[in-house]
Amino acid sequence: MMLIPCPWCGDRLDAEFTCGGEAHIMRPDPATASDAEWADYLFMRENPKGLHHERWFHAHGCRRWFHMTRDTASHRIVAVYAITESAPEASG
Amino acid sequence: MKYSLWNLLRQAPRGHRDWPQAWRNPEPKEAYDVIIIGAGGHGLATAYYLAKEHGISRTAVLEKGWLGGGNTGRNTTIVRSNYLWDESAHLYEHSLRLFETLSQDLNFNVMFSPRGVINLAHNEHDLKELRRRGHACRLNGIDYEMVTPREIKEIAPIINISRSIRYPVLGGAMQRRAGNARHDAVAWGLARRADELGVDIIQNCEVTGIDVRDGRVTGVQTTRGAIRANRIGAVPAGHASVVASMAGLRLPVESHALQAMVTEPVKPVLDTVIMSNTVHVYISQSDKGELVLGAGIDGYNSYSQKGGINVIEHQLEGLCELYPIVSRLKIMRVWGGIVDIAPDASPIISKTPIEGFYINCGWGTGGFKATPGSGWVFAHTIAQDRPHRLNEAFDLGRFESGLLIDEHGAAAVAH
Repeated sequence: MMLIPCPWCGDRLDAEFTCGGEAHIMRPDPATASDAEWADYLFMRENPKGLHHERWFHAHGCRRWFHMTRDTASHRIVAVYAITESAPEASG
Repeated sequence: MKYSLWNLLRQAPRGHRDWPQAWRNPEPKEAYDVIIIGAGGHGLATAYYLAKEHGISRTAVLEKGWLGGGNTGRNTTIVRSNYLWDESAHLYEHSLRLFETLSQDLNFNVMFSPRGVINLAHNEHDLKELRRRGHACRLNGIDYEMVTPREIKEIAPIINISRSIRYPVLGGAMQRRAGNARHDAVAWGLARRADELGVDIIQNCEVTGIDVRDGRVTGVQTTRGAIRANRIGAVPAGHASVVASMAGLRLPVESHALQAMVTEPVKPVLDTVIMSNTVHVYISQSDKGELVLGAGIDGYNSYSQKGGINVIEHQLEGLCELYPIVSRLKIMRVWGGIVDIAPDASPIISKTPIEGFYINCGWGTGGFKATPGSGWVFAHTIAQDRPHRLNEAFDLGRFESGLLIDEHGAAAVAH
């Protein structure tokens, strides 16, 4: 259980949210990408034990997407930033 | 010493003081023929079959905690093979067959109990899906028959088959040869037999690095020093990505917390296993009398072996409606394990681009049933440096070729 600071609604219980998984995955050009690059884009994930940049959706609230950096071992939330922003440099 | 009635009687007058240790606690050697990372059921089974089937016993099984202390000791012990696709059906059926004779094979009672597994249908779609899966299973020689609500009620009188509940039981399908086994005994039996065959099981030894030179593995770094080996099989379950990243590999798995729980023990009320994908409830009764209940995964990556209480609440809501007697029972323990889930809910038992490095992961929420089968095919893969016919479809390459084995329907709930 986590208390997630939605950038629009403030602190809410994690049950209100849907996690959209790893953030900042770039879609390669399908016209030129090799099978390996395409597989990497579709299926391969960092899945780190530690800090993880991910997308979250406030499904039972403002219904807005945002980014969050979270420690997957301790569930400590390190940063919350807009869906248009890139990953914070030195989060920790 | 063989576990037998004769030896039991022989030990009795001595107060059972002379039974030897079930397995040694050896210091790591400098080098081995094969290193297995992870002494869970699958890792121990791999080491056991490497020794038994392939004559490779200069093997070390490295375990960061204690053997069988991860998902092997945390699952709800269900064993079944009623999978949809041929590839999975053959693999899980092979494992179920190994389970049937595992106690004799290991000289250790793993308490395999083929008490039957029923999958419930709560809507038209469920019924159609179960019929389809039943046909597919029977074509593969696996028993899986439709049962009516009345028949289910006869088998399991505690179930509520009223048509007026939110998700009424419209029918189900049953695999009678399926059932469960004692999870700890599977780990202990495999460990004891592997140890007898010369395998070193090294506990409290965490792998911290994997040495790769010119595209092939040469050994591992551990908290108890460096160990050399030209063949390394990683069976790290929830920590698959962490271990693979030490060798510079990316995997298509994500780790989630999966929870289970038991009630206080009661007299025997249920002698089969009943699962429901739709309301996400599954239930069986342990020999101690506890009702063993499984919940779902948390919807975000986690390595904390602790899940959200809302997931438990969701599972208990469905449970109380389907089995009204449980509403009076206390939940005694709730626990979590970290499971590595692949995009197609099927395992990865594969060679890797690094020579001598093999990976066995992605078992997700349902690895226990596959314990002996997984070890058996992985041992073959490591010993022969090529997959067995049973696991060649479960390779890493399927994510590039697109030949996925989509088992979300058969794997989603049952563990």
